[in-house]
Amino acid sequence: MNLFNVIEEIEKVDPEVVDRMSPRRAAIKNITSFGSKVALAAMPMALATMFKRAYGADTPVAVNDVLNFALKLEYLESYFYNQGAAQAGLIPSNNSGYFAEIQSDENQHVAFLKSVLGSAAVDMPAFDLTAGGAFPTVLSNYDTFLAVSNVFEDTGVRAYKGQAPNLLGNKVVLGAALAIHAVEARHASVVRQIRASRGVDISAWITGSASVANDTGIGAAVDGNYKDENNVMQGGVDVTKLPSATGSSTAYNIAVEAFDEPLDMATVLTLVGPFFK
Amino acid sequence: MKTEEQQGLGTANMARRSFLRYAGIGAASVGLLATAACHKDHSVRLNTGVDIGSGDFGILNYAYALEQLEAAFYTQVVKTPYTGISEKEKSIMTSIRDHEVLHREFFKAALSSNAIISLTPDFSSIDFSSRTSVLGAAKAFEDLGVSAYDGAGYLITNPAYLTIAGKIVSVEARHAALIRELISPGSFAGSDVVDSMGLNQSNEIKVVLPIANTYLKTKVSASNYGYIA
Repeated sequence: MNLFNVIEEIEKVDPEVVDRMSPRRAAIKNITSFGSKVALAAMPMALATMFKRAYGADTPVAVNDVLNFALKLEYLESYFYNQGAAQAGLIPSNNSGYFAEIQSDENQHVAFLKSVLGSAAVDMPAFDLTAGGAFPTVLSNYDTFLAVSNVFEDTGVRAYKGQAPNLLGNKVVLGAALAIHAVEARHASVVRQIRASRGVDISAWITGSASVANDTGIGAAVDGNYKDENNVMQGGVDVTKLPSATGSSTAYNIAVEAFDEPLDMATVLTLVGPFFK
Repeated sequence: MKTEEQQGLGTANMARRSFLRYAGIGAASVGLLATAACHKDHSVRLNTGVDIGSGDFGILNYAYALEQLEAAFYTQVVKTPYTGISEKEKSIMTSIRDHEVLHREFFKAALSSNAIISLTPDFSSIDFSSRTSVLGAAKAFEDLGVSAYDGAGYLITNPAYLTIAGKIVSVEARHAALIRELISPGSFAGSDVVDSMGLNQSNEIKVVLPIANTYLKTKVSASNYGYIA
C-alpha cells in the first residue's frame, strides 16, 4: 500500500474529477519551479559556507546520502504545494495563508538543502502528482489535496526522524535535519487541524489503538505510511504500563499520541515512489 | 524487538531494566549524576537546586526537567480551566496534559536511579483564570521545548535515545502549532520560531534553562553545559 493509492481511493468518492481536471492539465505542465528559484536567490550564503567549514572540502558520503534523500522529499513537497497554489479555486481564500506559509517553508527547505549539497545535490526529478491523469483529484478537489498534504507531512516527519541516528553527533547537519523535522511536524499539525475544521474526525497528532495505526480516515491506501504509528514500546518500555494523570496506567491512544514513529529510507522511498516519474 | 516486548510486559521495574538493557547501559554509568553533583566548584550552589549531570543521562535529565515543567503546567490548566474555556479547548488541554505526563513518566522510568528529583514548579507569573495568560504560557513552553530538543540532539551519543527524543519532539511541535492556532490563526510556523530558511529555532541548554527556571522553584543547572542557576 502506498500514498499513490490514496488518490485512487478518494477518486472513488468524487467521480467527476476527470472532467474537472482535464482543462487544467496543460496549465500544470507549464508551471516551473518558480518558488524554489525565488527562495534560492534569497538564500544567504553564510549557511552554506558554515556547512562546508564544518567538514572541510569533503562532506561524508553517508551524510550526503541523507541530505539527498531529504532533498528528494522536499522537491516532491515543494512541487506539490507550488502546483496546488497555482490551481485557481483549489485552495479556498480563507485557507490560502496556511498554504502560502507551508509552500514557502518547503521551497526554503529545497533551497537550503541544495545550497548545503552544492554540486552533490540531485536534480529535481519529474513528478506525476496525478499519475498520468489517471488520478487527478489531488489538484482539483480541496479535500483530496488536504488528504495528500496530510500524508506527505506526516510521512516527512517520519522520514527525517528515521535519518537522525545516521547523523548522530553531527551538530550542524543533525541540527538542521531536526530543525526541518520540527517544521514538518508543525505543518502536519495545522493540515490536520484544517481537515478537522472541514468535518474529518482527526486531531493535530497521530492517534490510534492496538489495531489501528492509520488515523487519517483516508483508508487502507495509506496504511503503509502509518505502519507502526500505534507502537507503544519505547526503548523496551511498554508505556501503557506507566502512570497517567488519572491512574496507574496509560490509555493506549495516549501512548500512541505521545510518540511519533520513524520510518527508514527504503520504506519512505517505496511509499513515495509512485509520485516520481 | 519481540524479546524486548516480552520483557516490557512485566512490572514497571521490569520495564526499566529492559530499557537500560536495550540502551546498552551498564552499571558503570550509574552515578553519573553523583559525579556531577560532587564537582568541586559547584557542590555548594547545587544544594539549592539540581544539576542535570553529563553524558546521555544529562541530556535525558534535561528533557525530563522540561517535561516535568510542561506536565505540571497542563495538570494545573485542566484542574482550574481558564474563564470561558470551550469544550474543544478543554479537550485539547486534557490531551496535551496526558501526553506531557506520559513523557515525564517515560523519562522517570527510563532514567530510574539516574533521574533527577521531582521539581517544584513556580507558576506565580501565570494567571490560570485568563485564557490569554494560559495560552501564552503554553505557547512559550511548547516552542521552548521544541527548540530545546532540537538544540540538544547532537549531544546524544546513543542512537536509541536520539530516536526517542525525535519521537517526542515532533509531538511537541504538533502541540506548538495547535496552541499557536488557538491564539492566532495562521501563526503555526510564525517567523518568531521558523527562520527565513524554513528551519525551526533551536536553543542551547544554557539558553533554555534560565527561561525554564523562571517557572521553577527547584532551579535546574547544567554545569557541564555552561549554565549554573
